Amino acid sequence: MTKATLVAAAALAAAAVGAAHAQSSRDYISIVGSSTVYPFATVVAEQFGKATKYKTPKIESTGSGGGIKLFCQGVGVQHPDITNSSRAIKSSELETCAKNGVKEVIEIKIGYDGLSIANSNAAKPASMTRKEVWLALAKEVPNPKGDGFVANPYKTWAEINPSLPNAKIEVLGPPPTSGTRDAFVELVMDEGCDQFPTVKALKKSDAKKHKAVCQTVREDGAFVEAGENDNLIVQKLAANPNAFGIFGYSFLDQNRDKVQGVAIEGVKPEFDAIASGKYPVSRPLFFYVKKAHVGVIPGLKEYVGEFVSTKAIGDEGYLSERGLIPMPAEERKKVMANAAGMTPMMAK
Amino acid sequence: MSSVAPAAGGVGVLPRRKFELVLAGMPRRRAAEKRFRLYGQIAIGLGLAFLVILFASIILNGYTAFWQTHIRLDVTLDAARIDPQGNRDPEALRRADYNELIRDQLRAMFPDVSGRRDRLALYGLVSNGASFDLRDRVLANPELVGQKIALWVPADDDIDMLMKGNVDRSVPESDRRLKDNQLAWVDKLAAEGRLQQRFNADFFTRGDSRDAELAGIWGAAVGSLLTLMVTLALSFPLGVAAAVYLEEFAPRNRWTDLIEVNINNLAAVPSIVFGLLGLAVFINFFGLPRSAPLVGGLVLTLMTLPTIIIASRAALKSVPPSIREGALGIGASPMQVMIYHVVPLALPGMLTGTIIGMAQALGETAPLLMIGMVAFIADIPKGIFDPATALPVQIYLWADSPERAFVERTSAAIIVLLAFLAVMNAVAVVLRRRFERRW
Repeated sequence: MTKATLVAAAALAAAAVGAAHAQSSRDYISIVGSSTVYPFATVVAEQFGKATKYKTPKIESTGSGGGIKLFCQGVGVQHPDITNSSRAIKSSELETCAKNGVKEVIEIKIGYDGLSIANSNAAKPASMTRKEVWLALAKEVPNPKGDGFVANPYKTWAEINPSLPNAKIEVLGPPPTSGTRDAFVELVMDEGCDQFPTVKALKKSDAKKHKAVCQTVREDGAFVEAGENDNLIVQKLAANPNAFGIFGYSFLDQNRDKVQGVAIEGVKPEFDAIASGKYPVSRPLFFYVKKAHVGVIPGLKEYVGEFVSTKAIGDEGYLSERGLIPMPAEERKKVMANAAGMTPMMAK
Repeated sequence: MSSVAPAAGGVGVLPRRKFELVLAGMPRRRAAEKRFRLYGQIAIGLGLAFLVILFASIILNGYTAFWQTHIRLDVTLDAARIDPQGNRDPEALRRADYNELIRDQLRAMFPDVSGRRDRLALYGLVSNGASFDLRDRVLANPELVGQKIALWVPADDDIDMLMKGNVDRSVPESDRRLKDNQLAWVDKLAAEGRLQQRFNADFFTRGDSRDAELAGIWGAAVGSLLTLMVTLALSFPLGVAAAVYLEEFAPRNRWTDLIEVNINNLAAVPSIVFGLLGLAVFINFFGLPRSAPLVGGLVLTLMTLPTIIIASRAALKSVPPSIREGALGIGASPMQVMIYHVVPLALPGMLTGTIIGMAQALGETAPLLMIGMVAFIADIPKGIFDPATALPVQIYLWADSPERAFVERTSAAIIVLLAFLAVMNAVAVVLRRRFERRW
């Protein structure tokens, strides 16, 4: 027993010493952030790890907000070098960063992600406007008789627009913790509700009420939070032709034999339509690099170089195969120049 | 009752009436007995049925992942292109463009494919990892340069899915990931015998990958092993020491009662709470690295300690007091009684509890989420400070991947995890059988 305790104590001591050592240097890149960027960043990381002498970067999928929080905690090897984000960093977040010593942050845009509403291939192809989607999913809608709001009365799609299917409204979507949900609220719900003059007027008079009306999703069973697993939504759509689902374009692209995209404002979520900006529901994807870590963490600059190279994010790069929508050539040139020069963001 | 009481004096009549009453009630009681047993059998039957459904669906979904479609390419390792200097310098060999060699070969096999888009589709038949495989082979054996070798490379995951019958050819071309021309090429390759389902050794030897055909379980398995080693090294000695003290030496007072209640409570705390604790204490306060098996092991130690303490105390309690008294009676000190008599006899029970605690720890994901072990890590960890994931985390990550081929990998990873668990539990049973003593 005494021997065993001695061994255990020695192991603990060794662990403590080793920990101190491990923290003084790190030879791999540490990346956190958005689960939407994760499938793209991991492909780049793997390619980078195989093709260069550097180690494969470690990528955690923490969500955009969680990633920025970790990223902004400070400078030093115990903090991540890069955070992926499916939205632009907020100025309040940049302030937090600066307060913790992360003064210079490089913003790199990698392309676009289309958000798709889809249903089973067994159902008829559908076409909706954002206004109709909002009417189907909002908790409260403008009273058709006049002013004020009433709890959402619509039970079937046909009640909203007779050309839509005469089926119960049933939409499977991501939970509020997901970046996909944020994007859906911002790009579809907000846009849809502002098409009512009464709601739009509210924006000026009572911004809080406006936000609540536009962004609150109904809770009477028409909208089903299906968890973060988009594969699950695809399976459920295939089993139920009356249901619609909300997920990123890459999942639609991988499952075209089971599900089809719903046209929004008459435009189908197709690669070319998203790339040209015709499809209205798309968002830019970014990652942010800590400038203080460039030159300290081996391979950081080279990883950024690999990510913005034409063979990765170009029109026929390996990321477009995975469903990333590339930027127009001119914009990409700017991004590449930015990445090569490691130009930090201007303070806003 | 009142009808029975006054007749208590009559000896011969009443027992007989009682007997008849009992007899009359017998069929009902027997039926109740039968029903009672039936409920138990139904419960067990239902449980078994669900287990069979679960295993069958996992195994049916997953067994195909142990085979992988490979394509045979006859690659000419042109010395002038791989090693222009001719000195077999490993650095030069490493940097040569093996991808181009493979693409040349594909073009030679399908000379009538032209146009950039079609060529890209053609190159897409072969896994992205093929060129790295070729590179590693040449580096391991530089004499291959200048020869023509037959190389089996993994096919792209879409081709693999097609060969395994998971792609429906009848859907319109626009809805398929594989286009008509790709199907034609695959059919031609199959007819020439260049396509083969081979045992998927990569699955057991590689780390994670975003290309399903290259993704392996080994990185996660090593991560799990390292984490469990840390957990075992810490939780077994601590747990046994705590149990011995509490059971044999501690005075009975309010403090020990409080400790006991807390240990029992800790065993029921949701594991995510331990993850939060680990994040706050080990990473933020002590500054240990994120995603490291060391931190994972520490967190899981906290989680398994109560289980081990409770099991160890039960094992100590089952050692009969006569052993302690006998040893004390011939002059052993209390410590000697413990070390030479009680603990050795209780050890099988303690080990069983430890192994069951370890098996629990092996299946945990929630606490690992908080300390950054839920991450994409392609390199295989070499020590307890390297970033690592664990088996259940790998399952979770694969289940969330968009590519179709990850569905079968997910099930295959579950099979591997279940096999690990079965082995650990079997060891616990064997230990108990072999070393357990009954008094």
